[in-house]
Amino acid sequence: MTDYTPTHVGSVTKYVVIESFDITPADLAIRGYEISKGAMIKETCFGLVVNGEEGEVDRIVAGLRKIDPAHIFVKDRGFPPGDARRCRANLGGARPGYNGMEYEMTIIPYVSHGLEELNNTDAKTVPPMENPLEHPLLDIYKLKKLIDAQES
Amino acid sequence: MAKVFIYPATSLILSDMVSRFGHTPLSSATAIRERIQTAGLESPPLQITPEEPKKGLKWAAVEVPAGVRGRMSLYGPMIEACEAAIIINDADLAFGCMGCARTNELIKYLVHQKTIPRLELNYPKNEEEGVKFVAAIKRFLTGLGAAK
Repeated sequence: MTDYTPTHVGSVTKYVVIESFDITPADLAIRGYEISKGAMIKETCFGLVVNGEEGEVDRIVAGLRKIDPAHIFVKDRGFPPGDARRCRANLGGARPGYNGMEYEMTIIPYVSHGLEELNNTDAKTVPPMENPLEHPLLDIYKLKKLIDAQES
Repeated sequence: MAKVFIYPATSLILSDMVSRFGHTPLSSATAIRERIQTAGLESPPLQITPEEPKKGLKWAAVEVPAGVRGRMSLYGPMIEACEAAIIINDADLAFGCMGCARTNELIKYLVHQKTIPRLELNYPKNEEEGVKFVAAIKRFLTGLGAAK
């Protein structure tokens, strides 16, 4: 085993994922460069990867969110942008964590709709979701999934 | 600002919701970042060294596979530190190349054992459920207090 010397120590990396009909990752990147003071910003197919000091990254993310609050989603990332252990430029194929993000991207339009609706509605007046621990006999969506799986 | 454990710990939606409503999400990225930014022995790709399964013994017995114990060394401290938790129960993405089913069972068990505010949900399947999903999370996180 060899010694490991980390890079970007003390920095924070965040994904800014966009799911919008109005804004593209390029628009977001330009805005990011405008408000950035020394953070590293990488444009990707789904949005941006922002790396820098925590306060600076938070400031950039807050500025970017204002563009389209209901359609911009942010999460932490462990690796810095372009890290050879994760970047698909070196490995080929999808980045390992992309599968989860790809799955959630199919759900995000519903969440965006929820966020937009709640701008005009009080959350307390919205009825609760079904309790997943109660195990209904057979969910209609699950039945459709089973039928589709049989037909294909 | 409360520390909220999210399951799946890699979830973009939950991580965003928690920080959007003014709290700190405890996700796997922060645990991985800690290891990536700490000097030591080279152990790519995640800097999970042979020490991690030993640390995982705090949450899983020695006969439990090293993969579970290694993962628990990431998630265990977060479960101990969390003040609330949001769990999505139908997260198929948490199994397969993204994670380990036995670790997931153990994580849910440990969270259920803790007496902390907990929100159990399923992913929304349409726009109507999307509104209920966001409202449930907003109510829960606002109820934790000190929200922005």
